[in-house]
Amino acid sequence: MTDVRTAFEELPWGPAPESAAQAREWLEKHGRRFGTYVDGQWTTPGETFTVRDPATGTELALATQATAEDVDTAVEAARAALPGWQALGGHGRARWLYAIARGVQRRSRLLSVIESLDNGKPIRESRDIDIPLVARHFSHHAGWAQLLEAEFPGAEAVGVVAQVIPWNFPLLMLSWKIAPALAAGNTVVLKPAEYTPLTALCFADLLDDIGFPPGVINIVTGDGRTGQALVGHDDVDKVAFTGSTDVGRAIRGATAGSGKKLTLELGGKSPFVVFDDADLDSVVEGVVDAIWFNQGQVCCAGSRILVAEGIAEQLTTKLRARMEKLRVGSPLDKAVDVGAIVDRVQLDRITELVEQGKTEGATCWQPSWRVPTEGLFFPPTLFTDVTPAAMIAQEEIFGPVVVLMTFRTHEEAVELANDTRYGLAASIWSENINLALDVAPKIKAGTVWINCTNAFDAASGFGGYRESGYGREGGREGMWEYLRLSHGERAERVAHAGVTPPTAESGGADNGLPAIDRTPKLYIGGKQVRPDSGYAIPIRGSDGARLGEVGRGNRKDIRNAVEAAHKAQKGWSRTTAHNRSQVLYYIGENLSARADEFAERLRRLTGRDSRAEVELAIRRCFTWAAWADKYDGAVHHTPMRNVTLAMPEAIGVIGVICPDESPLLAFTSLVLPAIAMGNAVVVVPSALGPLAVTDFYQVLETSDLPGGVVNIVTGLREELLAPLAGHDDVNAIWTHATRAECAEAERLSTGNMKRTWSEWTLRDWVTDAEGTELLRHATQVKNIWVPYGA
Amino acid sequence: MSGTNTGRTNRVSRDPGYVSVTEHPPVGRIPRNPGTPLDLALVRAIRVNRSAVERRAATIPARRSVKKEWQAGWLLRAITLMDLTTLQGDDTEGRVRRLCGKARRPVRADLLAAMGMSDVPLTVAAVCVYHAYVETAVRALAGSGIPVAAVSTGFPAGLGPFETRVAEIGLSVAAGAAEIDIVVTRRHILTGDWVALYDEVRTFREACGGAHMKAILATGELATLTNVARASMVAMMAGADFIKTSTGKEPVNATLPVGIVMARMIRAWHEQTGHLVGFKPAGGIRTAKDALTWLAMMKEELGDRWTHPDLFRFGASSLLGDIERQLEHHVTGRYSAAHRHPVA
Repeated sequence: MTDVRTAFEELPWGPAPESAAQAREWLEKHGRRFGTYVDGQWTTPGETFTVRDPATGTELALATQATAEDVDTAVEAARAALPGWQALGGHGRARWLYAIARGVQRRSRLLSVIESLDNGKPIRESRDIDIPLVARHFSHHAGWAQLLEAEFPGAEAVGVVAQVIPWNFPLLMLSWKIAPALAAGNTVVLKPAEYTPLTALCFADLLDDIGFPPGVINIVTGDGRTGQALVGHDDVDKVAFTGSTDVGRAIRGATAGSGKKLTLELGGKSPFVVFDDADLDSVVEGVVDAIWFNQGQVCCAGSRILVAEGIAEQLTTKLRARMEKLRVGSPLDKAVDVGAIVDRVQLDRITELVEQGKTEGATCWQPSWRVPTEGLFFPPTLFTDVTPAAMIAQEEIFGPVVVLMTFRTHEEAVELANDTRYGLAASIWSENINLALDVAPKIKAGTVWINCTNAFDAASGFGGYRESGYGREGGREGMWEYLRLSHGERAERVAHAGVTPPTAESGGADNGLPAIDRTPKLYIGGKQVRPDSGYAIPIRGSDGARLGEVGRGNRKDIRNAVEAAHKAQKGWSRTTAHNRSQVLYYIGENLSARADEFAERLRRLTGRDSRAEVELAIRRCFTWAAWADKYDGAVHHTPMRNVTLAMPEAIGVIGVICPDESPLLAFTSLVLPAIAMGNAVVVVPSALGPLAVTDFYQVLETSDLPGGVVNIVTGLREELLAPLAGHDDVNAIWTHATRAECAEAERLSTGNMKRTWSEWTLRDWVTDAEGTELLRHATQVKNIWVPYGA
Repeated sequence: MSGTNTGRTNRVSRDPGYVSVTEHPPVGRIPRNPGTPLDLALVRAIRVNRSAVERRAATIPARRSVKKEWQAGWLLRAITLMDLTTLQGDDTEGRVRRLCGKARRPVRADLLAAMGMSDVPLTVAAVCVYHAYVETAVRALAGSGIPVAAVSTGFPAGLGPFETRVAEIGLSVAAGAAEIDIVVTRRHILTGDWVALYDEVRTFREACGGAHMKAILATGELATLTNVARASMVAMMAGADFIKTSTGKEPVNATLPVGIVMARMIRAWHEQTGHLVGFKPAGGIRTAKDALTWLAMMKEELGDRWTHPDLFRFGASSLLGDIERQLEHHVTGRYSAAHRHPVA
């Protein structure tokens, strides 16, 4: 008892261990050897791999390396369970999700301890953050199941979903994946990360305990090979992945043309922007939450501090002082701030990147105390004297390492914040609401936290811009990722629908008559420009008669069009929704004035009476003009004193490959919603009817549409699709073409992970092209968290 | 500063502070805060983000937990930081003498012995009373070294005539009070009249002479954390030796967010001027767990030097009773009862 006196005199922190006894009992109950959990049954363990406690290096259990056959069995089970699960209806599924939420709460401490053992995160975090958020996610989505029929009319579940999750928030990521999928009526096969499969397995135990319907949730363990077999499985309708951008890119490539719906939540190098009027002491705690939360192994970690130059030194001093007070140590110690790095591989990578940062000349600062030598630990690290060109300023380190850079003005802060391939999250610190709300929309990120960071909730969608992936998890926007609109059977689009496509042959006189002398140019940046190639392609009517020629655009024209589109998009997205709406009405007005001319042009192209198509195109102008100022965001009810603003934002520059059919109607149906939401487009018009679209640019020119918002590049689709879909500054590619062309566009999209919308089935452009579906494609939701309090 | 920082070892090790204990004057020997001229630009530039501070406050008890021998040691330290207080209209000389007896011997001797603390002269930091009982307390504490603190300047509302408020200080000092807990005019803070606040506190400080002055800001009546921060800064500029949250009579007393803000101002003051100012949360701190949380906050935000009685006090009347019960539980392993410990 003599220690009481020492403690009295020196007031040190002592050990405050959380017991692991029950977690170990649970492992023993399974003989420390796990099979997979498929169709409500534990399989006999097959070939296994070792699961370790990163804090001590000791072996926790053996888990099965699921084979392709195991994955087959699991997908079959999910497929077989699908009708029964859907037949339960929203309320039935709500009851099961609610039962899961309660089950998680009942064993919350066990799950927390297992999570900390397996992952190395401090028990304070697993106990106070991860596991409560898991329960919250299931109970929030029990609500979506309950409301599904009422709130998502006309939507249906996608089917069997393959889900692959990372090791940094093992059970939380499981809940983010499983809860919305189940609420929507899907069944799932989920693969936890090979470093951290234990809470997923304990979750399977929970399902067993509550008598959950077999086959609805199947859990297969294993490394990347298992994941590959799962996402590549032919009978999977959707893939949801959270992990590195490299793997996400590979998944996008591998699923190209498969028709699988895809959401990817990938890496980040998120900015943490500090203005000179911020509460600096609170900023320091914000940095703690941003980069020393979960050992910095957080995809949305605020790993780039951007601070106003005038206060940079003050902030650095405060940060260093705070870092001295952080405690690194046993994850099961209740008074530890930073636990163990998940695996030797990760620790080595962090170490290597930090060494490289030093070599590059940045100033590396770490606290004076040392981290435990046993186990995988890395000290909190702050780099100053960092330039944007430094490797450590660009690469995701995924560890407790933060870099600090300075800015002069808020414009420069935005520029630096956006100077990254990623776009997952951002944090803005200022006591000036004008400044904060000016900057928030300008930062390209799916989540923006004002005066807070790393705040999560089931009611708020989470997901990325740019190479941080696409799709949202959480909230209403997240539910859409697991739903699709019901429609009847759609036929697959056949190449050029039996009509001779235009070719590059040089045309001459036809039927002894001189060709109609009309060669429209490309429309780029609001100007009619000649194609770079100097060539044109003849366009024939349905009767084979030459109707004229269009420019044969090439990759340089695409380049120029994208550049023009970007220039225009900035201003266009900031113009008011009312003004955009007015422009769209005006387009309709001007189209109406020339309706007869368009109808005649279309008649000659298609051989059909086309007055109805023109009339519908005019209606489309009105529809999207109407929507321009009505596609509202939302205020999510996240459980803190806070408004979470879900704002639909323009995606940026969208490449649009128009289908051959309905040349004018498809064009207007796709382009108008895109620009109504503030995007700019580069359009490759219908191969058969480009003249209907080139005529249209005269309508655009007379309708006050700023030059560059709509760019039209005619030519051969096989020459234009690749440069457009592969362009790293195009933010989305909409391909309405053949399956092979869609597949190519999706494969080529991986360079910058642009959003893809591919349709190779024939939609009825007359009856089926007006809903909010198109607006969802034309926007991405940014969630801005604004805590308040005087 | 060095040392391993890990929860894994059971070794009791000194935690590195913002500033090392050794870099400061030893306990009980710090120079007084002389104050500075009022720097309005500095005061007005202070901004506090309430939500962020509240998040910090919520994680302190969650991030820091002290158990077993460490907890017992911390609780014993908390006793030495206590301004044992009685500020009731029905106080009598007898009641005050009883309190002073408890101040001298706050913990049962057998418990101290069981914890290896027999040879440590453990007393509370001070006894805090109204002016009327200063002399009683001084007599009752004679020879103990325990100072008497008097609440003053028209405590608790501070709305009496300015002259009598200033005079009250002098009378208490003359009666033997070594510490004066003054109250400020809240109006000055709510209306942003920093000059008036500064002048008031300056005058009080001069009236205190050799007695240490604790400036009570009545934070429960200041509406915003930014007001709390600015008032703290002005009080330190005006020469407060301590800043103190509350009288204990406001509807809301010492809350952890307020404590964090005041501690950060003390830190800023130290960074700017090198002067050390103490902190006294008062009112609402009733449990041993509360005391540990506040100590953890001080250790984290200000460092170990601010966990000694010359820079940190608890204003409390019922806290000691709970700490005694926890200490007995530590010694016996059984939960204790109030009547097993001498009343104050």
